[in-house]
Amino acid sequence: MSEIPAELRYASSHEWAKNDDGTVTVGITEHAQDAMGDLVYVELPEVGQVVAAGDEAGVVESVKAASDIYAPVSGEVVAINEALEDEPELVNNAPYEGGWLFKIQLSDESELDSLLTADQYQAQIDSE
Amino acid sequence: MGHRTALYDAHLAANGKMVDFGGWDMPINYGSQIEEHHAVRSKAGVFDVSHMTVVDIAGAGARDYLRQLLANDVDRIDPGRALYTGMLNDSGGVIDDLIVYKRDNDYRLVVNCATRETDLDWMEKHAGGFAVDIHERPEIAMLAVQGPQARDIVAGLLGGKRAEIVQGLRVFAFGEDGDWMIARTGYTGEDGVEIMLPGDDAVALWGQLLEAGVAPAGLGARDTLRLEAGMNLYGNDMDQSITPWEANMGWTVVLNDREFIGRQPLINQKENGHAEQFGLVLEGKGVLRAHQTVLLPNGEQGEITSGTFSPTLGKSIALARLPAGTTGKVDVEIRNKRQPAQVVRAPFVRNGEAVYKEL
Repeated sequence: MSEIPAELRYASSHEWAKNDDGTVTVGITEHAQDAMGDLVYVELPEVGQVVAAGDEAGVVESVKAASDIYAPVSGEVVAINEALEDEPELVNNAPYEGGWLFKIQLSDESELDSLLTADQYQAQIDSE
Repeated sequence: MGHRTALYDAHLAANGKMVDFGGWDMPINYGSQIEEHHAVRSKAGVFDVSHMTVVDIAGAGARDYLRQLLANDVDRIDPGRALYTGMLNDSGGVIDDLIVYKRDNDYRLVVNCATRETDLDWMEKHAGGFAVDIHERPEIAMLAVQGPQARDIVAGLLGGKRAEIVQGLRVFAFGEDGDWMIARTGYTGEDGVEIMLPGDDAVALWGQLLEAGVAPAGLGARDTLRLEAGMNLYGNDMDQSITPWEANMGWTVVLNDREFIGRQPLINQKENGHAEQFGLVLEGKGVLRAHQTVLLPNGEQGEITSGTFSPTLGKSIALARLPAGTTGKVDVEIRNKRQPAQVVRAPFVRNGEAVYKEL
């Protein structure tokens, strides 16, 4: 069973989102990293880039394949996890902590409500 | 549900992540493909390769039959030796790549499982006029134990005559004891052995190897290891539309006075010119993947046939089909951006060390 923290919200494309006073940290779920295998390269958006919910905002590549990362909410990218350039394996080892990808300054707080809860995301995984 | 090897339960017990591979349920990894890769480069790993197809060719006409069926010439080796070769179609394209083991009274072929039916059909079709018996051996299991310590560990576990065989083998040679065939061959660029044996024996040996600290290694690590070693993967790096000249298999083609299938088209293509296979080391960002387009400074193009991240080098590497004589730097199109790469001569890694040469 992969870990799905109850306090986070989830996109059906396997990103997680954590809101701290309007700044949303984004990563990929433990389930997603497990399905991809060892990550070897992460391409992140640029700080200052404005993204809409559902936009491609990056790519994670494992030894096997490349997967697009989608912005779960709209807003401006205000930080990226630069440690991943040298240590993409952080995403495998700590997907909800040191393996975060980028942070978005939310432009519309209501978008968070349209993301999945932990229970809903669990249900989606179970049905896959 | 796919076919299962004798090791299926052992894979599950070792936390193998099972995937479909050519109709077989096989382990892609046992947790971390990269750790398995490093285990093979630094110590030893064991692969279940029982899904591969073993075919014995016996009969008074076996030698003549194989000399016309295969592009390499079985007369080049003595009994007890193995030979890598392509089996070509009438246009010189590669139907499959395989290893022939020459025994005292017959030959054993190990071919890819994905091409099993095509191969067997082709072999039967061309057996007319030869006194040969073509006999598939699905009951044989096969383990590949690879890595710098592989032979020492295997010999220590086996003891007796089998240990002597393991320690005494030259590269690309094999020995037999009872229903075991032990060959000093592999698909990783490391020393090691491939052992064909009964399924029950394979399960027992697998358990002993893991107990001795040999890492179970899956198809994922097998692919990164073979690519670092500059070895082709059928279906990626060559297929029926590609000749040995275009897939760095020219060294396996013997153009002597014998006739073999595909011979004349190969001679014609050699005169007319053809693309060749090169290695690439990525200098830009991303990961090289099969089918990405390679752009040469002079406007010509090529294509990546296999690409991955090399755990040993910490860089992305690829095999690519490019115009003959390509050297220096090229660009690779990755997600609509051009990334620079260096053209090299593979292999990339042998016996744990970077060995590629910039061209």
